[in-house]
Amino acid sequence: MKNIFKIAFRNLKRYKRRTLLTSLLIVLGVVLVIVFSGISSSFKTMMIGTITDSMLGHLQIHKKGYVSSIDNLPLHLNLGDKQIAELTELLDKQDNVEAYTFRIKLGAMLSNYKETTNIRLTAVFPDMENKTSPALADRIFESTKSADKFIEPGELIVPENLATGLNLKTGDDLVLVANNKDGSVNGIGLKIAGVMQGLTGPSGRDGYIHIDDAKALLRIDGNEISESAIRLKNPDDIKQTRARILHELEQFSNEKGKPAFELHTWAQLSPFSTIVTVVDLLIITVKIVLVAIVLISILNVMMMSVFERVSEIGTIAAIGTLPSRILGLFVAEGFLLGLFSTIAGNVVGVLALNLINLANFQFSFGRMENIILKTSIAPGELITVSLIVIAITLVSSFQPALKAAKMQPVDALRHV
Amino acid sequence: MPLITLNNVSRRYETGETTVHALRDVNLQLDAQAFISIVGPSGSGKTTLLNVIGCLDKPTQGAVSVNGTRVDGFDNRDAAQFRGDNVGFIFQNFNLLPVLTVYENVEYPLVMVQNVPENQRKERVMRLLDAVGMADQKDKYPSQVSGGQKQRIAVARALVADPKLVLADEPTANLDSVSAHKVIELMRGMQHELKTTFIFSTHDPKVVREAEIVYTLEDGQITNRETRAGLTN
Ligand SMILES: Nc1ncnc2c1ncn2[C@@H]1O[C@H](COP(=O)(O)OP(=O)(O)OP(=O)(O)O)[C@@H](O)[C@H]1O
Ligand SMILES: [Mg+2]
Repeated sequence: MKNIFKIAFRNLKRYKRRTLLTSLLIVLGVVLVIVFSGISSSFKTMMIGTITDSMLGHLQIHKKGYVSSIDNLPLHLNLGDKQIAELTELLDKQDNVEAYTFRIKLGAMLSNYKETTNIRLTAVFPDMENKTSPALADRIFESTKSADKFIEPGELIVPENLATGLNLKTGDDLVLVANNKDGSVNGIGLKIAGVMQGLTGPSGRDGYIHIDDAKALLRIDGNEISESAIRLKNPDDIKQTRARILHELEQFSNEKGKPAFELHTWAQLSPFSTIVTVVDLLIITVKIVLVAIVLISILNVMMMSVFERVSEIGTIAAIGTLPSRILGLFVAEGFLLGLFSTIAGNVVGVLALNLINLANFQFSFGRMENIILKTSIAPGELITVSLIVIAITLVSSFQPALKAAKMQPVDALRHV
Repeated sequence: MPLITLNNVSRRYETGETTVHALRDVNLQLDAQAFISIVGPSGSGKTTLLNVIGCLDKPTQGAVSVNGTRVDGFDNRDAAQFRGDNVGFIFQNFNLLPVLTVYENVEYPLVMVQNVPENQRKERVMRLLDAVGMADQKDKYPSQVSGGQKQRIAVARALVADPKLVLADEPTANLDSVSAHKVIELMRGMQHELKTTFIFSTHDPKVVREAEIVYTLEDGQITNRETRAGLTN
């Protein structure tokens, strides 16, 4: 084995320029994959984080049927005391749940005594909300409050677009008017406690109030919520956690015997998940390009090696080298070329990612500006890419190697 | 019992319309421990005969036994195995591996063919390198030594695994007469010392003179057998 690799290595060194050129091509391919997946997966993670950490959470539970009519924020699909208790008990014993929050979602009219407009409101328990959406409080401009009390009863946080449009400032008095479940209209006065920076998507008109004010406005006795958002300790395990919670939710059914709750992942609730799919698809495409590069370049260089060394193959075959060992010699040559190129590609690729980090590239996403691109790549991803390259190397050097192994020594020896 | 027996061996080449009879009904018995030469005009079948004996080629007809084993029915793998275990080869073009040093070239059959453990290899390789007078050049590469030296290294490589039989197809054709003479002398010396059987083909009358037994091939048939006076037979 050692000697097979020794001979293979010397033969690679013998055609230095060709070996280097092929190697360079593979290195380039590996670097391409590493840099591309490093950037795009970091971008992806960051964007997912922005959405999940300040708004959606990783999972959401509603009354069955709520999400399909989520755009009208239906109050008759709220969950009551009994279901809140059931959810609390269920979520408290989940290992992977870091925090959860209860919210009432409602639509209302907002008036500053001169102009009136509609607004979507999320009524929250500020401490619960802050634990579940840790990035939310950061998005409030000029807030002097601590994050776990970012909103108090009597206060309203207005979205940036409305604040600009209606010329609203912190401290202004406003009136909220909303329909109750039974159809009657009620209004309350609130003071602006802050302006919320917008995010992409439908959040352009989203404001926040304290849950007590929502109950007063909607004349709710007891407790009622529209949704529960859940933050996971390990978002990568979302599939398993979802399955587990879903399984436990099955025990609850409504009067008609249908499931009482529905559970959605952030991806099901956000249009951004399609972008994630596209990014994933692009990464796969780049990997396929890499596979093609490796396949073609190794096949090409190994074919050349075999044809150039016909009489050497004849010699070693004549003096008794078994065909399987001749095969091994050539496969080892391709393998070494692939291995060194992969290692070099990994080193250069990771260096390139670090250089990109040092360069502090800035970009904006939706309304968020000056986001600094921080790239990283999981070691598992590096290993996967390396294994792909090495596997393809073995596959593509096999055919030329087999050709060498099958040569008849007499014919090969006559070849000059 | 003879080392090599050929019974009614023929080798035909079909090239398109024409058939070439490289060997026709050759019957031959060669004893062990001899220094044998095969001569004959170009195209008479010398290379073909050596290839058939050395399991590099199969006869289209007839039976070939080497060292008591029928070799004419071997498949590729078995033939390679048999060659590795029993036959050493010396080629007209030396055919040393350019990426290996002189030492490693001689060592090659022990490593890649015979799987001899490392600690037993060194002594054998050095003994052979000494015998062919190349021990002091052992770390050079083939491109750094002369043609005559290359062929001495090839002789060492052919003998390192203690084969029963060494085949050399025109081993001196690419050498000047001084080197050619030295290589043949070396081969003969080694044959005596190691009691191996050497069979070589040649065109060179000066080289032929060194042989104990000389077979003449003409048009695929053995037409003459001569033994040198004062030697065996
Ligand atoms: N692979 C082949 N295909 C067709 N004909 C062949 C082949 N090999 C040898 N021959 C023919 O067989 C005959 C014997 O060839 P061989 O090489 O054995 O002769 P030789 O005595 O070694 O000649 P030389 O002294 O020129 O080396 C020649 O006519 C040659 O053309
Ligand atoms: Mg010949």
